Amino acid sequence: MNCPSHSMLLPEVVRVLHAARTDEVVVTTMGSAREWMLRGTHPLDFIYAPSAMGEAPALGLGLAIAQPRRRIVVCNGDGCMLMNLGSLVTIAAQAPPNLVLLIFENGVYEVTGAQPTAATQAPQQSPVNFATLARGAGFATVFEFDDLQEWEQQVSQVLSMPGPVLAVLKVAPVPEGGVPHSPAPPASRATALKQALGEG
Amino acid sequence: MFSGDELVGELRKMQISHVVWLPDSTLGTWEQALSGGSPGDAPKSEGPHLIRVCREAEAWAVAAGLYLGGARPLIMIQCTGLFDSGDSLRNAVHDYGLPLFAIIGYRSYLLAAATDSAKTYTEPVLQAWNIDYRLIDTPDKLPLLHEHYQQTQQAGQAGVVLVAEGRM
Repeated sequence: MNCPSHSMLLPEVVRVLHAARTDEVVVTTMGSAREWMLRGTHPLDFIYAPSAMGEAPALGLGLAIAQPRRRIVVCNGDGCMLMNLGSLVTIAAQAPPNLVLLIFENGVYEVTGAQPTAATQAPQQSPVNFATLARGAGFATVFEFDDLQEWEQQVSQVLSMPGPVLAVLKVAPVPEGGVPHSPAPPASRATALKQALGEG
Repeated sequence: MFSGDELVGELRKMQISHVVWLPDSTLGTWEQALSGGSPGDAPKSEGPHLIRVCREAEAWAVAAGLYLGGARPLIMIQCTGLFDSGDSLRNAVHDYGLPLFAIIGYRSYLLAAATDSAKTYTEPVLQAWNIDYRLIDTPDKLPLLHEHYQQTQQAGQAGVVLVAEGRM
């Protein structure tokens, strides 16, 4: 398996994001949802579990368009991103200035047992470059991080720059990283988010 | 079936804020009315605003985000896109209970002899997903759109209006 470089640990990357978060709506999915839930709850959290795999960026786009005065941060996995690469084009076309899309790239489907994605299965294959894909789709602001200290230094900038912003975070798969479970009935959490946004 | 201007008039009565769409050859004739001009023109200031997606499953998730954020979205796709939509529709409508609403082009419905599988499976798929739907197969039934939207929104349930099409 030809995994991308793994110099950061997912729980640490999530810890840094959690510490930098102020009043953003944060949508998490898969491994990031599991790790985010360990750090408590916030009215503007949306744990996208259960999910339609691949659709978190689209959900975040809708939120960003409907809530233009709020920042929306979507935490996506690389397997999820591969499932809906077209959403990069959709987002770039809409160009929401308040949307930040983070891709946690570990090269595997972590929650199902760390099987390689199509992007990393072949030893002779170069890992897919999500930053290049994003630029090609029309994202003007793209970051890549494989060093925790750099992520820590720049996370506030990533969260505050005019969007759409995309950042690729190269992380190691979490051993035994399991499936995130909905922390409450999903429909009640959807209602709660709508209310927290002042729309319920 | 009806003109883009007639449709947009209905959508404004329904106070639809955004149309999330991927057109087919019938829905595509409404492009100019929905976008407020020719392709490439600046978006119109008056709604509904058009959001173009790359595949139909995406449309349900965009609409879900819009709805959670307080907008009044409507999805507009062909029935073949409904087939693509399955998991995203299931998640938004049945996991999160969002009363999303869609106009879906019913390919080949008006062709009595058509053996198009898209025609065969459209209604069974909607029934399988437990989506309350109505059929507009003549222009005079356009008011069904507003009526069904109001009914489903008041009930807090998802809804679909199928628009009969004759072309493949």
